[in-house]
Amino acid sequence: MQNNQAINFVKDWAIVLAVIILVAVFTVAIPNFMQTHNILNILRSISIVTIIAVGLTVSLSVNGFDLSIGSTATLANSVVVSMFVWFSMPTSVSIIAALGAVVCVALFNAFLIVKVKIPDLFATLATMFIVEGVAMTYTGGGSISVGMPRLDGTPTEGSISAFFLTLSKTPWIILIMLVIVLLVHLFLTYTKHGRFIYAVGGNEEAAKLSGIPVNRYKTIAYIFSAILAGIGGLLLASQIGSAQINAGAGYLMPAVAAAFIGQSFAGHGKPNAIGTLFGAALVGVLENGLVMLSVPYYSLNIIKGLVLALALASTYYSRKK
Amino acid sequence: MKSISIEFPGVKALNGVDFELEAGKIQALIGANGAGKSTLMKILSGAYPHYTGTILMDGHTVEIKDTKMAKELGIDIVYQEVDTALIPHLSVAENIMLDQMIFNKKMNFINWKSIRNEAKSILDRLGVQINVDKKVSDISLADKQMLLIARSIVHKRNFLILDEPTAPLSLTETEKLFKIVHDLAKNQNMGIVFISHRLPELFQICEKITIMKDGKVVKESHVEDITQQQVVDAMLGRSFDTVHQKRNAEIGEPILEVKNLVDHSGLVNDVSFYGRKGEIIGLAGLVGAGKTELCKAIFGMSHIESGQLFIENRSIRNPTPYHSVRNGIGLIPEERRKEGIFVEEPVYKNLTMANINPFVNIMSFIKSKKEKSASREMIQQIGAKTPNELQKVANLSGGNQQKIAIGKWLMTDAKVFLFDEPTKGVDVGAKGDIFQLIEELAEKGKCIVYASSEISEILLITTRIYVMYDGKIVKELDTDKTTEEEIMYFATGGVDNAK
Repeated sequence: MQNNQAINFVKDWAIVLAVIILVAVFTVAIPNFMQTHNILNILRSISIVTIIAVGLTVSLSVNGFDLSIGSTATLANSVVVSMFVWFSMPTSVSIIAALGAVVCVALFNAFLIVKVKIPDLFATLATMFIVEGVAMTYTGGGSISVGMPRLDGTPTEGSISAFFLTLSKTPWIILIMLVIVLLVHLFLTYTKHGRFIYAVGGNEEAAKLSGIPVNRYKTIAYIFSAILAGIGGLLLASQIGSAQINAGAGYLMPAVAAAFIGQSFAGHGKPNAIGTLFGAALVGVLENGLVMLSVPYYSLNIIKGLVLALALASTYYSRKK
Repeated sequence: MKSISIEFPGVKALNGVDFELEAGKIQALIGANGAGKSTLMKILSGAYPHYTGTILMDGHTVEIKDTKMAKELGIDIVYQEVDTALIPHLSVAENIMLDQMIFNKKMNFINWKSIRNEAKSILDRLGVQINVDKKVSDISLADKQMLLIARSIVHKRNFLILDEPTAPLSLTETEKLFKIVHDLAKNQNMGIVFISHRLPELFQICEKITIMKDGKVVKESHVEDITQQQVVDAMLGRSFDTVHQKRNAEIGEPILEVKNLVDHSGLVNDVSFYGRKGEIIGLAGLVGAGKTELCKAIFGMSHIESGQLFIENRSIRNPTPYHSVRNGIGLIPEERRKEGIFVEEPVYKNLTMANINPFVNIMSFIKSKKEKSASREMIQQIGAKTPNELQKVANLSGGNQQKIAIGKWLMTDAKVFLFDEPTKGVDVGAKGDIFQLIEELAEKGKCIVYASSEISEILLITTRIYVMYDGKIVKELDTDKTTEEEIMYFATGGVDNAK
């Protein structure tokens, strides 16, 4: 029995332990690793991944899967920068326009899944390509940055507001991430809507028969997913100060890894926001440490892919029994 | 099998069980839900390798590590849920010969002719007529059962375990199955374990009876030396009064009215009936008569093609489950694990699933203390056996899971309760509790629709009975003025004037 408890403890807190062990290893191996500057750097670098992954967590909670988050982030990135640069819009309008665009993506996803009844993974795979194409067509297949002319060759005068650019600076971006994690955690764990979202994910048939409006909650979950991916895209725009082709695509894989790693957090056994934060931290620490150990950037995907496989293994292997 | 024990996280499922099976004998294994009979049989068939104790076969100790090993030892099991063991889009022949195709390593190419012929000859041996070229998804439940038995005798088998084989079968199909089982035991010298909740049929077919309770064998006897009452007593460990005292609730206004209802699938065809406050009405009929489909259509789970539905004289158009719950209807579905409960969630979350609003503040945050204390009260009221309200429902026995599924609706202020086979897979003790719960509901002025193919139960609890056959209500009967035979007559397609 004692032994069992120990095993369960390790299982429940495996991610936290893994983060601690990784940090310890890197601290020993790399002299500069434990400096405040580097720690903040890591937190900053995982902020966008975490926010996008938390959105994915909500879609996973209804037993769905949103593959389109990367493209959605790209779309938000393109729209917000175009608003600033092409149309000289104020910050609030630019942000609202970008979030409006991503909500359309969410509604399209929900339409395919809820009404047309395409399995989540395939529906969002299609959306992923559609949105990627839309974003690219919108920007004319190129990037947008301050001072660059519009697609028709007319000059631009708009600039990105200083306030918007500050959002991605330390400590703001870290605070934004923590607030989002906290809010989503409260929403999923302590509100009736969160309860119903998990109910839909746990047993859709029983949820429907209990009078829970299953389709409504699935739609809500995909809206969450798209808006958080959109916020990720906005912060990305703030960070790089321009719109780049497929800027958000690279966030899909680490976000999936973070969300799946997070499932085992504290013995939840289901997607949860705080676990996802630790999942993202694990990926971030690993990446940061490896870069500092001068592993070439083009080889990092091998490690990240392996971590993803491991995360999926931890979810599905234990489910088998 | 000698002093077999097995443990699962948190429960000791079997505790020093001795069990003996002889070739050529049919042996009954009976016990309340959660007594451990399925677990014991699963060990024997290799599904649970982590048991302790010894298994002897012809005097030799054997260790059964997986199902393949069990099959090599000549042990096979036909599970209660037949669909899990069959591949629906393959033909009958392929399904029968599946083991052969898996274990025969030389056979990389499929010899269709020999497969069809062998499958045919095996079905002939059983004396059943099934077209071997049909897809499994197109044959009836009873035929699927026969198919599984056929599959298990493709190879020489010494022992066959049948886990509640008669649960979904009609009377004639049951008779047919009994003939086959009898034949297997007597002419082919197989040892057969027969698990069932239906006592009369065990007495009809079995020679020895083993009774289990709480993971132990409490009684073993030849059937001649024991009465049904004694079996029930041993199962429950106390004397149980099978004669149920019917209470009389006051009957009020009509509250549920269905007129000429036709559902999308056509399995409910022109059905009209009504239910009044305080009334328990029975929907009797065989499996497949359309009872489940009728309940689902009323609840809004399937599309209604034509007809009308009234709740408290209000016409309900295009109901959905969401609206039905708000209109005061509750459905306790037949497929409990699939449709009724959330197995991975704790008891209290299951109980408040249909009506969480009393425990929620303006911001939609859940008042956890209030929710849990209300759940504790409900657990008391429904008499569910669970250590506390935090227990995962997956860890409860079938009867207790059903009580939770019912409790969920007691937490709402539903006026109409649709019970679809509420006692399926529920032991006698819990059955009594569930009957009592249903009668208390009627006394409170609720309208109960009790759909079941267990006619004796319908006679026991209802006041009025509608008999369904082939998607239609063919007869309305007063419970006091009818008999099991009369209901069966109409349920099997009998017509009024022909009688």
